[in-house]
Amino acid sequence: MSALLAPGAKVRVRDDWPETRGPCHIRTPHYLRGARGVVEKHLGAFPNPEDLAFARPAAVLNLYHVRFVPQTIWPDAKGEAIVVELYESWLEQAA
Amino acid sequence: MTTLLETPPDRLLAAVRQLLTAKGVFTQAEIAERIRITDNASPAQGARMVARAWTDPEYRARMLADGAQAAEELGIPMRGMPPLGVLEDTAEEHNLVVCTLCSCYPRAVLGYPPFWFKSAAYRARAVRDPRGLLVEFGTTLPEQVKLRVVDSTADYRWMVLPLRPAGTEGWTETQLAAIVREGDMIGVTFPKLP
Amino acid sequence: MSTDTPLPETHPRAMHDLGGVSKFMCDAVDVEPHALNDFDREIDAMRQILGARKLMSVDEMRRAIEAIPEADYLRMTYYQRWLRSITDNMLTKGVFTEAELRAALEDTK
Repeated sequence: MSALLAPGAKVRVRDDWPETRGPCHIRTPHYLRGARGVVEKHLGAFPNPEDLAFARPAAVLNLYHVRFVPQTIWPDAKGEAIVVELYESWLEQAA
Repeated sequence: MTTLLETPPDRLLAAVRQLLTAKGVFTQAEIAERIRITDNASPAQGARMVARAWTDPEYRARMLADGAQAAEELGIPMRGMPPLGVLEDTAEEHNLVVCTLCSCYPRAVLGYPPFWFKSAAYRARAVRDPRGLLVEFGTTLPEQVKLRVVDSTADYRWMVLPLRPAGTEGWTETQLAAIVREGDMIGVTFPKLP
Repeated sequence: MSTDTPLPETHPRAMHDLGGVSKFMCDAVDVEPHALNDFDREIDAMRQILGARKLMSVDEMRRAIEAIPEADYLRMTYYQRWLRSITDNMLTKGVFTEAELRAALEDTK
């Protein structure tokens, strides 16, 4: 596991599309790939579901609640915030 | 195994049931018992938690810190269940829960997910057009209230702790629990006086 | 923000990954209650027991649902997808074999 991200930390979701490379199981919704958000809270640490899905040994990863501004994803979006559980393996620190 | 596609679902279920029973994976009695336990989990469980939180500030604080522990405090079985997070509505901000990837739902405290929660329309629209969605549930969110959508994607399950409606002052916990419905704890509706 | 920001779905999303997908934006939500039937309840219970016996994790179950071809996925009911996933997982793990399944299907004719 990497060092903990503090609440308020700016992050970017990796712009990665494993579904184009073959069988996989991903818990990071497509609409967040490449999106910028802010860490709300550390939720704990859990085995990586991308490995559990194939009964492979799974590393334990930090899980965060990350907040996004919906209009940065869809210009016509109607809410004020989207908050999603994301594993550290999908997050990059952003400026 | 392409023929599986053409197999009527009831026949496939009968075959799988027969094989797993023969292999000793489970007995029919165990299946029946599991159905009974699952049928017992209902929104009435979550409603008891909400009513307690409305009347007991210390319980409310514990529930917001750890939903699963707060559920167990009220005798709701949580063993083997995923962690339960509780989203606190305020006068300024309202929470709405969706699972855009599948149908993650706080089953221990709300029971089976309703049909609409599993539908493509709900899963697609909740993150992009949540205000339009609320209208279809007959819910009008005041314009100044911020809408925070929680997409339940991973290890937690989420329930909403709604605002206690005005006009319920002095009510008992039992009376309060009776007005809290399934949709109120997912965020598509608000508790209403009968 | 810029109006030429591409929508997320211009990338090849998986079919179950439905958040914000344009083609569903005008679909009304069916808010009526739909009661589960005995088929649904039995499969739900079966999944829980297989999980408790460590024969199929939630993620293994989801992965096999996500692997259902899209045309079938959209045609099947919720619990039909679960049954399909359970069957796939039991075959993959060798809990029962394809030959055993074929024989059992003959028995249920």
